[in-house]
Amino acid sequence: MDLTDLTIKQVGQGLFDKNFSVLELTKAHLEKIKKEDKGINAFLTLCEDKALKKAKEIDKIIALKKKIPLLAGVLAAVKDNILVKGIRTTAGSKILKNYIAPYNATCIEKLERQGVIILGKTNLDEFAMGASTENSAFGPTKNPKDLTRVPGGSSGGSAAAVANNFCHFALGSDTGGSIRQPASFCGTVGLSPTYGAVSRYGLIALTSSLDQIGPITKTVEDCKIIFDIIKGKDEMDSTSVNDKLLVDSDIKTIKGLVIGIPKEYFVEGIDKGVLELVKRAINKYEKLGAKIKEIHLPLTKYAVACYYIINPSEASTNLARYDGIKYGLSQSNNKELLDVYLDSRGAGFGDEVKRRIIIGTFALSSGYYEAYYLRAQKVRQLIKKDFEKAFNEVDVIFTPTAPTPAFKLKEKTENPLEMYLADIFTAPVKLAGLPAISVPCGETNNLPVGLQIIGKSFKDDKIIKIARFLEK
Amino acid sequence: MISKEEVKHIAKLARIELTEDELVRFQKELSLILDYIEQLKEVDVSKVDLKKGLIKSNNVTRKDEQIKKPIEEISLLMDLAPEKKDNYLKTKKIL
Repeated sequence: MDLTDLTIKQVGQGLFDKNFSVLELTKAHLEKIKKEDKGINAFLTLCEDKALKKAKEIDKIIALKKKIPLLAGVLAAVKDNILVKGIRTTAGSKILKNYIAPYNATCIEKLERQGVIILGKTNLDEFAMGASTENSAFGPTKNPKDLTRVPGGSSGGSAAAVANNFCHFALGSDTGGSIRQPASFCGTVGLSPTYGAVSRYGLIALTSSLDQIGPITKTVEDCKIIFDIIKGKDEMDSTSVNDKLLVDSDIKTIKGLVIGIPKEYFVEGIDKGVLELVKRAINKYEKLGAKIKEIHLPLTKYAVACYYIINPSEASTNLARYDGIKYGLSQSNNKELLDVYLDSRGAGFGDEVKRRIIIGTFALSSGYYEAYYLRAQKVRQLIKKDFEKAFNEVDVIFTPTAPTPAFKLKEKTENPLEMYLADIFTAPVKLAGLPAISVPCGETNNLPVGLQIIGKSFKDDKIIKIARFLEK
Repeated sequence: MISKEEVKHIAKLARIELTEDELVRFQKELSLILDYIEQLKEVDVSKVDLKKGLIKSNNVTRKDEQIKKPIEEISLLMDLAPEKKDNYLKTKKIL
């Protein structure tokens, strides 16, 4: 029995049947990481001692036949912009190279309470800014399906860790596509929950009006298990929503479901293999009794432009906190306070972070605010309206998660704009605050492709249940 | 299009020291990005009223009161400071 090839569901069964201990499971995964991660670079930090200690504790609880926690022995990898107390948390940036998290993110508290063991922290584009994990200050992560290609981003380390069976699931964060696009590139499931469904307390902020934490898993079934644990109201995050909004869906059949296919997502420029696989998935649902309806989301083509005003604007203010005084890298060999700011930030931030802070500062500056930021906010309202109109006619919307399969390393690093366009199908959803899941729908030239299922606000459970039919 | 001087000025406002090489590169790259963003001007936004937004949101407030935290928690935060004196963060003098 290969101990590193199990889903969350199978771990529970295996422990119940006494096929293995939690310690054996943990050791097998740590060994695999040590052996294979040199070529992939999914992890930035391993929490070996902490993980082994916790594994022994859980084994003891099981031996004493005390109440076994729901997720006993389930092994997690956590994107390195989510705080795990006592563990280095870098956000993929030199400026936080030696930052030790002083507290736990709420989702970490919730998972650990259920018996989840954290194996390590995963690589990401610096401060989650990117679509390939190449913007990390600690080197790129490679796609386990093809080491010459990117795993997507920004949660590339998390998706690669799940795809290569380094862990049972991972946490990522999605601002413009950062969970779904790497999930699609690596052949895993990835959920970007409705804005406010999961607490962001302990997530290093990028774009506060967009950021969401979500699970990356091997199966849709596992995705539901983790989402159900991490969702819900949290006193520490005022944007988290009331639990009553997050009710389970009672959908049991696809029969009669109306699936919207937005014309604007099936245009020229999409990889032929991607198109074919997504169409095949849609056909499968049609055969199960769904009604397929062509819809229009006319503002789709403006979403990336809109996103790249909103995101840098909020990022420029959120990242103002890295000042070389409270925590993080400090270059304080100079005489004046201004020099501490200038030099710490100049030396600590990488190219993409600097680019976005400058664009954001520009877009928010007097004289440009109305032409850029305010206009983008208005376009965002119209994009949201587009989706609301569509959802009057359909239950869910199906699209490709990304226009291409995983691209080659360095293919898009020379041109930042080209990298931005990798988010073309995932950013609109976020601007509207909607939930969306990426689920594998096949491979083209041995590269995984994801189908994106978009739902109405707080219908996270419904899209998860609909996605399960593709898996069955 | 954005000039080199503008980039320099904005970077200073954003408190980021740029090298000459970065300045040259960013001027080119940021111009390309801003040109792309220009297309937002094609969208008719005249009827959008942000105050009557589609996003149903309420302000979530809490009482403005001091919350006592254990000293261990406070020292974990203080330990992260690059420079401190007694129990205070230390900065360069401003005046």
